[in-house]
Amino acid sequence: MIGRLVVALLVGFMTLPTVVVVVASFNPTAILSFPPAGLSLRWYENALTYPQFHRAAVNSLIVTGASALVALPIGTAAALALVRRPLRARGFWSAVLLSPLIIPGVAVGLGFLILAARFGLLANHVVLVAAHVVLVLPFVVRSVAVSAANLDPQLERAAQSLGARPRRVFRRVTLPLLRPGLFAALLFAVIVSANEFVVSLFVSTRVTEILPVAMFTYVVNYTDPTMAALSTLFIAATFAGVFLADRVLRLSRILRLDDHR
Amino acid sequence: MTAKTVVALEGIEKTYGSLRALAGLDLGVIEGELLSLLGPSGCGKTTTLNVVAGFVQPERGRVRIDGVDVTARPAWQRGLGVVFQSYALFPHLTVAENVAFGLRERGATKSEIIESVADALALVRLEGVATLRPAQLSGGMQQRAALARALVIHPRVLLLDEPLAALDRKLREEMRAELKEIQRAVGITTIFVTHDQHEALGLSDRVAVMNAGRIEQLGTPREVYERPATPFVADFIGASTVLDACALDASVVEISGGLRVEVRLPRPLVPGERVRLLIRPERVEVGEGAGMLAARVIGVMYLGDHTEVRVELSSGVRLLATVRAAPPLGPGDPIGVRLPADAFLEIA
Repeated sequence: MIGRLVVALLVGFMTLPTVVVVVASFNPTAILSFPPAGLSLRWYENALTYPQFHRAAVNSLIVTGASALVALPIGTAAALALVRRPLRARGFWSAVLLSPLIIPGVAVGLGFLILAARFGLLANHVVLVAAHVVLVLPFVVRSVAVSAANLDPQLERAAQSLGARPRRVFRRVTLPLLRPGLFAALLFAVIVSANEFVVSLFVSTRVTEILPVAMFTYVVNYTDPTMAALSTLFIAATFAGVFLADRVLRLSRILRLDDHR
Repeated sequence: MTAKTVVALEGIEKTYGSLRALAGLDLGVIEGELLSLLGPSGCGKTTTLNVVAGFVQPERGRVRIDGVDVTARPAWQRGLGVVFQSYALFPHLTVAENVAFGLRERGATKSEIIESVADALALVRLEGVATLRPAQLSGGMQQRAALARALVIHPRVLLLDEPLAALDRKLREEMRAELKEIQRAVGITTIFVTHDQHEALGLSDRVAVMNAGRIEQLGTPREVYERPATPFVADFIGASTVLDACALDASVVEISGGLRVEVRLPRPLVPGERVRLLIRPERVEVGEGAGMLAARVIGVMYLGDHTEVRVELSSGVRLLATVRAAPPLGPGDPIGVRLPADAFLEIA
């Protein structure tokens, strides 16, 4: 009884901020207040028509897409190497790959900013993508490593004995069996990158800034519920994305297949 | 029939860290035979198989297939069929796709693949399950599927790594017989790794008994059982008793403890010579009657169709005997033992 109450309180505590934001987004007045004074969609209209958000949304798509595209192969290779090869410094490399989780975002951001300024790279997305790759990599490595550790090395030997050279073994056996891990990695990469703020703030300009940075800039300047509306859209989009991905890629089926082995 | 050597291993050495897995191993496998590598775990039998398959690169020595040195050739170019202990069926492919894997790698056409897969599945009697995933098959069926996948590419040699170890006993015995049938029908040269002496004796044309990275004895099942070359072989194959003795004349020896027995060995003994003798438990006669040696039961293990009895002779010598129909015995019971002269084997 008390256990259930605690769980209910915990769930309430966790979802409360989201609920507040969603409710506040329908507030007709120009001030972020709670509870709302009525119901209105005017801030949604504002959010969807504000030009800087359009630009930032496109930037977000570019940065998130590119960083996932770069991080996935690198992270997969790193995960396979960590799991398979008898590296002498396995602990060291594992720590290096996971270090972005521990190092404060401010430090990483500042570092990238100094480098970018030194090489004059702030005009385009390159530094943003590089920073996101670094931040996303620990999640990719972790996800793929779990799948890789479950992969029976005898399967690859079996494929070899049947005449498959290493590249074919990778394509026909290793890669298909890593699919659950790769999918999880992609999901993590997209979520982490799409929500990244601290490091991005350092290396963005008004032209390259991604959505979370644009939202922050907006909220610094204006206090109307546009931000709440945009956040609500963001949350809805994320949910829809995960749901669709699950449906299309049949995540549950892939995962079940892994259990059977 | 002229015996043609298909697989030849010459002076193979392989170490893992400080462990010498293979210590200068020589072995020739003859066309069409089923040769077992038999030994305890860690004796190097699986490593030997992996060296032949090309999964493990030896530090020294050569691997020849049909006389051609393939030591440096990678596994995917050796054209051998391998069945793994865990079967290693691809979980993301159906049974038919598993069997077709090697054919696709060889660039076979679609119609060739369909035909060959159907033939291979028929050979192992798995026609009905072609579209199922490996996880949906029983252990025995997975085993057959793995065999079909290995055989469908018409490998030069079939390598089997403890293929029956994961099956329960009843199924294992069925599969053992079936494996032999298939091997004979296909006529394929086969190397079979096992730690189970019954499997090795029952299946093989020849058995290589391995210990500590080398072959202790290579011979027919009858040879290794009836004429073990070393104490290790005698002990590993069939629970037997090894006795150190001193020859008194050409056919009488004194076993430690002052027990004198008559032996009938293929050669006359030289008085004073030290010999090492072996007696199989099924050749030790126990019971009551005149002329039997006085002994005492020290342990009994009832095994259904026979009973294993450990006895200690009054001279202190301990022996293992198996008895078909034993009266209920218990430790401490007095019992008579006869050691027939022709039951003794000499170990080199």
